[in-house]
Amino acid sequence: MSTLGVTGASLVKDLRMEWRSKDAINSMLFFSLLVVVIFSFAFNPTAEESRRIAGGLIWVAFLFAAVVALNQTWARELRNQVLDAYRVSPAPPNALFLAKTVGNFLFVVVLEILMAPLFVVFYELRSVGPVWQLLVVALLGTWALVVNGTFFAGLSIRTRNREIMLPLLLFPITIPALLAMVDATTSVLTGEASPDFWIKLLAVYDIVFTALCLLLFESVLNAE
Amino acid sequence: MKKLTLISVPITVALLAYTSYLALIVAPTEQTMGDVQRIFYYHVPSGWVAGLCFFINFVASALYLWKRSPASDALAAASAEVGVVFCAVLLITGPLWARPVWGIWWTWDARLTTTLVLWLIYVSYLVLRRFAAGGQTQVLAAAFAIFGFADVPIVYMSIRWFRTQHPSPVMGGGENSGLAPAMLHVFLINLVAFTVLGILFVWLRYQLQMQEQALESAHAQLALKGVSR
Amino acid sequence: MIGIAPSSPPVIVLENLVKFFGRFAAIRGISASFAGGRLYVILGDNGAGKSTLLRIVAGLMEPSQGSFTLLGAKTVHEVAHRVGYMGHAPLLYDELSGMENLRYFAGLYGLHDDVVGRHAMQMVGLDPELTRRVGQYSQGMRQRLSLARAVLHNPELMLLDEPFSNVDVRSARDMAAILGRVRDQGKTIFVVTHQAALMEGVADELVHMAEGQIVSRAEVVRDAAANAALRTAR
Repeated sequence: MSTLGVTGASLVKDLRMEWRSKDAINSMLFFSLLVVVIFSFAFNPTAEESRRIAGGLIWVAFLFAAVVALNQTWARELRNQVLDAYRVSPAPPNALFLAKTVGNFLFVVVLEILMAPLFVVFYELRSVGPVWQLLVVALLGTWALVVNGTFFAGLSIRTRNREIMLPLLLFPITIPALLAMVDATTSVLTGEASPDFWIKLLAVYDIVFTALCLLLFESVLNAE
Repeated sequence: MKKLTLISVPITVALLAYTSYLALIVAPTEQTMGDVQRIFYYHVPSGWVAGLCFFINFVASALYLWKRSPASDALAAASAEVGVVFCAVLLITGPLWARPVWGIWWTWDARLTTTLVLWLIYVSYLVLRRFAAGGQTQVLAAAFAIFGFADVPIVYMSIRWFRTQHPSPVMGGGENSGLAPAMLHVFLINLVAFTVLGILFVWLRYQLQMQEQALESAHAQLALKGVSR
Repeated sequence: MIGIAPSSPPVIVLENLVKFFGRFAAIRGISASFAGGRLYVILGDNGAGKSTLLRIVAGLMEPSQGSFTLLGAKTVHEVAHRVGYMGHAPLLYDELSGMENLRYFAGLYGLHDDVVGRHAMQMVGLDPELTRRVGQYSQGMRQRLSLARAVLHNPELMLLDEPFSNVDVRSARDMAAILGRVRDQGKTIFVVTHQAALMEGVADELVHMAEGQIVSRAEVVRDAAANAALRTAR
């Protein structure tokens, strides 16, 4: 039972189930679309203003949308109590955690790819700084959201009011990552500052919290 | 144990009365800020106690995950609650001072924001303790506590990069920093008094938590024996 | 301790097992030992602690007090690959077909050959070629597939929680017969059920639970007399 083997199998299983139901991706897409439209009405920005607020807008939309997907992933394991079947097997708990995290990462990345053109169109966005830096920020930032999100969603299934518990736990811990994503994105879009510090901070955040998740997931999974 | 508690409460109250007298009457009035500066004698020690409590919470939580002893969970719960209270005092006394001195109630600078995020994290921790069902609470809370504590330096780093308006630490700063000796004396005694107060609160809350646990297990043992007669 | 002279070394030894849910004691000090190669039927009213006991032994729940050994091991994790568990709920993914489910669960045990899943499906009387998703299965089919999942890795010890709930009598009798055959191969099986009659003719021992304790254990001689005993047990 190699961790990687089980991770791969669980990931394929999750992707197949998502492909058949499209629950997570559809609700995420529609949700972030609504956020984009509502923000656009609420702030009615000019192109210049857009560039300044877009960093915040984009990431807040994705953060909220990610919460939708994160609740879905574990809900799937709770239906028919199928998580018990995993827990009685000799498969390593971290393999399940990694599969869920990578799965959520892929969902949110797909969402970002689909939403990016919309942001450009609705807010007349044009990047002054180099675009590849935006890609780095997006990848590191998405991992930061998703790794802790998957962990806390897994933690929340052991509580009452689990759908509400997830944002309550995730948002405070995510604040530095969100700040980094927003500020780095704004820096690149306006071309006024270097996002280097933020990229480094995101990398540190990703490493620290991925390590903590892998260290503690087994205790949380078996907390019954 | 009980005796110790009985003795320590009046001692702490007396100590606090004395330090309040020192801070509000004996200490000299600050030249530029005036009397409002006296809030400093409460503000900084509160922050110190909150930090101490959150550190105790972290150590107790890690210990719980390692040894699974109910006592360390009780200590974690107690220190988080007391920490949140002192952190709230810190957050309230700050703006009270800032309004006359800076002209604003609040600013998103590194220390203020970090403190606010810290407070949010530990309020989340307390909410989690309430909502986690049954025997799972301790493990979940301990895991979240580790995350919260690991987040603090990252929060601080990230917000410091924004900008900093908060006065730099008064002691050990640059050439002109440092308190007048009369103020320093009062400040240090206040720091001691608040630390004693914080530890006393944690201690009492810990005792209460342990008694609740003992009560629960007594009820459980009763249930165990009751039906079998 | 209520015990019967074991015919082979015990597969499960429980020592003063206690489980609390808050102030409620679901399991109230069970000490018992169970020999291998037998089919045990655990009977009792709702709330007698049957499912809780099974979940503890399966490693899904920590006991509040006491300890147990499973197949000679102190932690369930060491012997997880030798134990099969069937829960109250089906423990299957509704969105996947029968074989897709079994393929995934076999992978968790390090088994990557489709033969394993096919064999298990045939054993419980399901067609491995069935492409229908489990969400569209009838209750009886789900329970059969659930049993197939539990026996997939050919475990020495099976812990089955209400395998016949919502199953029509014919399917249930089929499943009981399957369990009898598995036992005859030398496996140990624990079945928690309300419907003791279904296990007529295959059970080796009846274990009665009430209020979180084992109140009696009765050897079953598999003949007419035993069946009578089973009827009174209901």
